Amino acid sequence: MQAFTQLNGLVAPLDRANVDTDAIIPKQFLKSIKRSGFGVNAFDEWRYLDHGEPGMDNSKRQINPDFVLNQARYQGASILLTRENFGCGSSREHAPWALEDFGFKVIIASSYADIFYNNCFKNGMLPIVLSADIVDSLFKQVAATPYYKLQVDLAAQTVSTPSGESFSFSVDAFRKHCLLNGLDDIGLTMQHQDKIKAFEARHQQAQPWLYN
Amino acid sequence: MAKTLYDKLFDSHVVHEENGAALIYIDRHLVHEVTSPQAFEGLRLANRKPWRVASIVATADHNTPTNGWDKGLAGIADPVARLQIETLTENIAEFGAKAYFPFMDARQGIVHVVGPEQGATLPGMTVVCGDSHTSTHGAFGALAHGIGTSEVEHVMATQCLVQKKSKAMQVLVEGQLGPMVTAKDVALAIIGKTGTAGGNGYAIEFAGSAIRGLSMEGRMTLCNMAIEAGARAGMVAVDDTTINYIKGRPYAPKADQWDAAVAYWRTLQSDAGAQFDLVVRLQAEDIKPQVTWGTSPEMVVAIDGRVPSLDLAKNAVQKADWERAYAYMGLQPNTPISEIRIDKVFIGSCTNSRIEDLRAAAAVAKGKRVAANVKLALVVPGSGLVKAQAEQEGLDKVFSEAGFEWRQPGCSMCLAMNADRLEAGERCASTSNRNFEGRQGQGGRTHLVSPAMAAAAAIAGHFVDVSHQ
Repeated sequence: MQAFTQLNGLVAPLDRANVDTDAIIPKQFLKSIKRSGFGVNAFDEWRYLDHGEPGMDNSKRQINPDFVLNQARYQGASILLTRENFGCGSSREHAPWALEDFGFKVIIASSYADIFYNNCFKNGMLPIVLSADIVDSLFKQVAATPYYKLQVDLAAQTVSTPSGESFSFSVDAFRKHCLLNGLDDIGLTMQHQDKIKAFEARHQQAQPWLYN
Repeated sequence: MAKTLYDKLFDSHVVHEENGAALIYIDRHLVHEVTSPQAFEGLRLANRKPWRVASIVATADHNTPTNGWDKGLAGIADPVARLQIETLTENIAEFGAKAYFPFMDARQGIVHVVGPEQGATLPGMTVVCGDSHTSTHGAFGALAHGIGTSEVEHVMATQCLVQKKSKAMQVLVEGQLGPMVTAKDVALAIIGKTGTAGGNGYAIEFAGSAIRGLSMEGRMTLCNMAIEAGARAGMVAVDDTTINYIKGRPYAPKADQWDAAVAYWRTLQSDAGAQFDLVVRLQAEDIKPQVTWGTSPEMVVAIDGRVPSLDLAKNAVQKADWERAYAYMGLQPNTPISEIRIDKVFIGSCTNSRIEDLRAAAAVAKGKRVAANVKLALVVPGSGLVKAQAEQEGLDKVFSEAGFEWRQPGCSMCLAMNADRLEAGERCASTSNRNFEGRQGQGGRTHLVSPAMAAAAAIAGHFVDVSHQ
């Protein structure tokens, strides 16, 4: 996994609450057996005016000029600013894959759905929780300032604005450690294989019917 | 100290703890074709093998067609979908499984219907699957939740998951549900009260006399929708209903282990005096049949209600949400729910495709005809075994005679990955779990209801109160 330490990135605002993973990556693109290439179909139904299917030449499709991520000032954004309960619904990891492939490394929202939040960390992305008031003020600043950027520092757990304001955020120690160092979860867990085997032996003795 | 059911399930699976994160052991890993190929590929690239093949139960469900089975795999018109289904078969052949029910097997079906039906979901287990509706299995007093594909690979390689313990919520529903008021209505009423983010960070235990009165099918419907309340896991304590359901199923403990298993399972309930971080209470008698009007399961009202007006929104963000929902759904505020006319009906999904659901819908449809304005009314059983049971009871004939289409099992129009879908602007009464924009087809408009309510809407052509018929 790629490490994440710091980012000074352009911010794109998606001013909606409860953005679900069906919206982030519609179901027809889940038929792929690969892990990459989902970025061109991120937010497909909002981003394009025509219906998208896997394998289409997306450069020839009709762009929806009203969709915020299509606006010139947000091209190249690496920080997505959005509202509460982002990533709700389906557990599809294709959602963070699509966002990451699109270019987002950081998401800022007042809350996330649990599974989506967890999936982000497995893909070198940092989902940051800030209070609804701070998120609201950031939306106002992004709207008022073309090419608005934020500075994110995972080690210090801060988000800093161009005017010098700084907001701290919390993140689990274990997730922070893995993300800062780009650690592979499976490799870490395998360091405990003796403990897993010992647990399994005890568990089998207590509930042998689970091992039929 | 008095423990909650969630404490008992979580604590009994902790392998190791460090930095506030626990490594928990996974007993059952359910696998389907959509969220597993990248995980198997990851194993292959790292030259890893599954830690415990016997924990894996797999089936194909999301992409499988619900008709044209006489043509076999060739009947899957979409080559990308077919490749995904074939890839699952190849991966299981290479890596192994305790049980695999491939496309068109007599026992194939929706993974959350198949697991319990086979006795592969048992009380006290930790159950995971790369699917958010894994919460369904909590109905058995199991700790069950959805995971992403990276975690599917992690569980395959290590039999464990890195977890932080959730907070515990108790949803207490006391009293007696009214006639034709079902677990689906209870689930939607709860979500209407808590909101779709209300359960974020929590594991929910459903309790109270109305919950104890539910069948296993009803409890599965309820736990299935826990994720729609934001909680990854929902659960119900073990009782006689649980144990009677499991007895005799193919993968249930056999005679020599049965008594020991039952003795343990009976401990799987919250201790008296156990503390929850949050308790939500509903009175069963207050719950009427529910219908969602918008694009989130929390946008729900009772059948005798109306599409809410903006002055009822709690803040500016919700106001904007509702305005988008009115536009997407093609509805005006204050429209009575019973005046909303529908174009299609879908009875199925991991929420409501079990035998009890089909019986409830058939009882409403019997001797009636689907209304002229309803272009398509689909009934998709949750598994091949549910289908066979329904056919033995003659339910397929009841549906066919009433003008419903009787299909082969699968996820079907719940998420419309296969050919079953809504066209733009079409309005559907659906027994599934999500009414998100585009969920059942781009531009499609979904109203979530119970099976009896869906059947009644199919007959009337618009929503009607099935409890007053």
